[in-house]
Amino acid sequence: MKYLTEFRNQELASGLLKQIARRKVSSARIMEFCGGHTVTIFRHGLRQLLPPSIELVSGPGCPVCVTSTYDLDVVLEMSKTPDIILATFGDLFRVPASHGSLREQKALGEDIRIVYSPLDALNVARDNPSRPVVFLGIGFETTAPAVALSVLTARREGIDNYSVYSMHKLSPPILETILSSGTLDLQGLICPGHVSTITGGKVWDPLARQYGIPSVVAGFEPLDILQAVDMICAQLEAGSPRSEIAYSRGVTWEGNLRAQEVMKEVFREADANWRGVGWVPGSGLAIREEFAPFDASRLFPVTPPPSREPPGCICGDILRGAKAPSDCGLFGTRCTPLDPVGPCMVSSEGSCSARYRYGGEVDG
Amino acid sequence: MDRILLAHGSGGRLAQQLVEEVFIESLTNPLLASMEDSATVDFHGQLAFTTDSYVVTPLFFPGGNIGKLAVCGTVNDLAASGAKPLYLSLAMILEEGLELSVLKEVVDTIRLAAQEAGVSIVTGDTKVVERGACQGMFINTAGVGRVPEGIVSSASRARPGDRILLSGAIGEHGMAVLSKRQGLTFQTEIRSDCAPLGELVANLVSVCPGVRCLRDPTRGGVATVLNEIAQRSGVGVFLDEGHIPIPEAVAGACEIMGFDPLYVANEGKMIAVVPVEQADDALSAMRRSPYGEGAQDIGEVTEEMPGKVLLRTAFGSTRFLPTLDGELLPRIC
Repeated sequence: MKYLTEFRNQELASGLLKQIARRKVSSARIMEFCGGHTVTIFRHGLRQLLPPSIELVSGPGCPVCVTSTYDLDVVLEMSKTPDIILATFGDLFRVPASHGSLREQKALGEDIRIVYSPLDALNVARDNPSRPVVFLGIGFETTAPAVALSVLTARREGIDNYSVYSMHKLSPPILETILSSGTLDLQGLICPGHVSTITGGKVWDPLARQYGIPSVVAGFEPLDILQAVDMICAQLEAGSPRSEIAYSRGVTWEGNLRAQEVMKEVFREADANWRGVGWVPGSGLAIREEFAPFDASRLFPVTPPPSREPPGCICGDILRGAKAPSDCGLFGTRCTPLDPVGPCMVSSEGSCSARYRYGGEVDG
Repeated sequence: MDRILLAHGSGGRLAQQLVEEVFIESLTNPLLASMEDSATVDFHGQLAFTTDSYVVTPLFFPGGNIGKLAVCGTVNDLAASGAKPLYLSLAMILEEGLELSVLKEVVDTIRLAAQEAGVSIVTGDTKVVERGACQGMFINTAGVGRVPEGIVSSASRARPGDRILLSGAIGEHGMAVLSKRQGLTFQTEIRSDCAPLGELVANLVSVCPGVRCLRDPTRGGVATVLNEIAQRSGVGVFLDEGHIPIPEAVAGACEIMGFDPLYVANEGKMIAVVPVEQADDALSAMRRSPYGEGAQDIGEVTEEMPGKVLLRTAFGSTRFLPTLDGELLPRIC
């Protein structure tokens, strides 16, 4: 199967679009949770192709974007620990904290390395046995199992200079927070594809039924998104909101049980601080007591200077779906990918970056 | 002795030996062998003059190495002004401890690339810096060429109605270097497209004297070059995504790493903006040339949307293709 061509087939797309247009749905506001979906939607101009009755809004599913300024400040402070090596995914490197960014800390001489996987960070620890190596754990259920695995591997192999600063977040609790606030008037949810490979499609079902919002797990190709929109419309027509999977080549109802086990072994649910939302109970992952020697928040307790949010930045509202990048006075002028003010402009999965990169859509 | 020492850059006996045994021996031509302070050449006509420095890591990548890049990059900059590339200078900054065999292999590649490009390396310089002060070697080449009479290539000359031609598949150099740098292996190896385009340009301008603009889409890729043309000419550029040749392996690797092939570097491709009435001849000339077999007409210049580049997606929608700033970072999930 050739994913890049078959899932971008124009004839199939126009068939799906016609089907969506025929559905008896007067209007529907649908949120795509995941930043990966936002990118697909912008890149292929899907908003422009969908009938005007369907409105797509971007959600909070960008791990870098939802990381709180406080956490970034902690990490920046931690980078000043003598001999420490911080290992991070590339996106986090450039996000401005209250006073500078990791990129600037690196230029000042701190040892901060970009890695592609927590297992690479583990290699850095193996290669530098006399220095503490801290991996900055961000991401949703997608990345958390691999980070958990790195901790298990470190314990098994006795790599005692390796630890993780966990800023991991869970998707269902934040969705519930958004839905329960009732401010967005949503009629559908495109649920995250990669997260669901781990959690399974089942985790969205209680939310879908409780709030009466059709929820469909989608893949990352344009046809995947269109299929999910059609399935949401079909549920709206039938008046039977529930969780369904439009990404069956990657996602099952139960999810990846082994990955769930590994994640539970190392992490416990904890309250988490979300940019633009604040503290949400049970929406994050903290390292369990028995893995304390691998928990950077215990090993390197730091007190950063008071956090300050960049004035004028509305990333928080954008993450909640309450505002769009075009509503921001800084967008494209003071805030660009070259000199980002807020995280939504840094991450390749951020709404502002996607909008900037693909320049929005051309009217008409 | 099989490694570069600081003394090789000192101007003494070792330095002389290095120049004679590695450079003169390999790159031999009368101008270089004269070992004068400057090369002096006869010249008449319109001169094109350019320079570029090469600091790529790793030094060797699938499809080429830093030496091939140093020749092709400068040759292609000359070609982009419509010129026939003639002479290059070669300045090398070597890291103490560099293996001599590595240097010889790079210089040998330079010889072959220069031969193929039809240019002579007529003057040069070598410096050695302490270990850690550069990564293996840096190279600078400057080049001169002759522009045929009546040919003017400039980013400000595109006019509504012009066609945009691209000499072949995009994204190979950037993805080849990046995959190698990150230690990523794909089922299909992506090889750099690094190649000299002097002949392709000579063929093109001979049948398309009205050519408006030639540009080699290196860093920043096709999208960045076309944005520059749109802005400097005050015109719009509309591209057809379906006509832009993107190798399957490049598309796949870009997808995995979160890049857009339209922004990925090329080192053996040329974009030509040509008047519509000469477009067919220009396209045929490109396709007859070495490294131009895959040439395509990828879009047109318009009066509407001045300063902007727009992409008609294969999906039937139209979106902007802006200038990208900030480095390309791989995505994380």
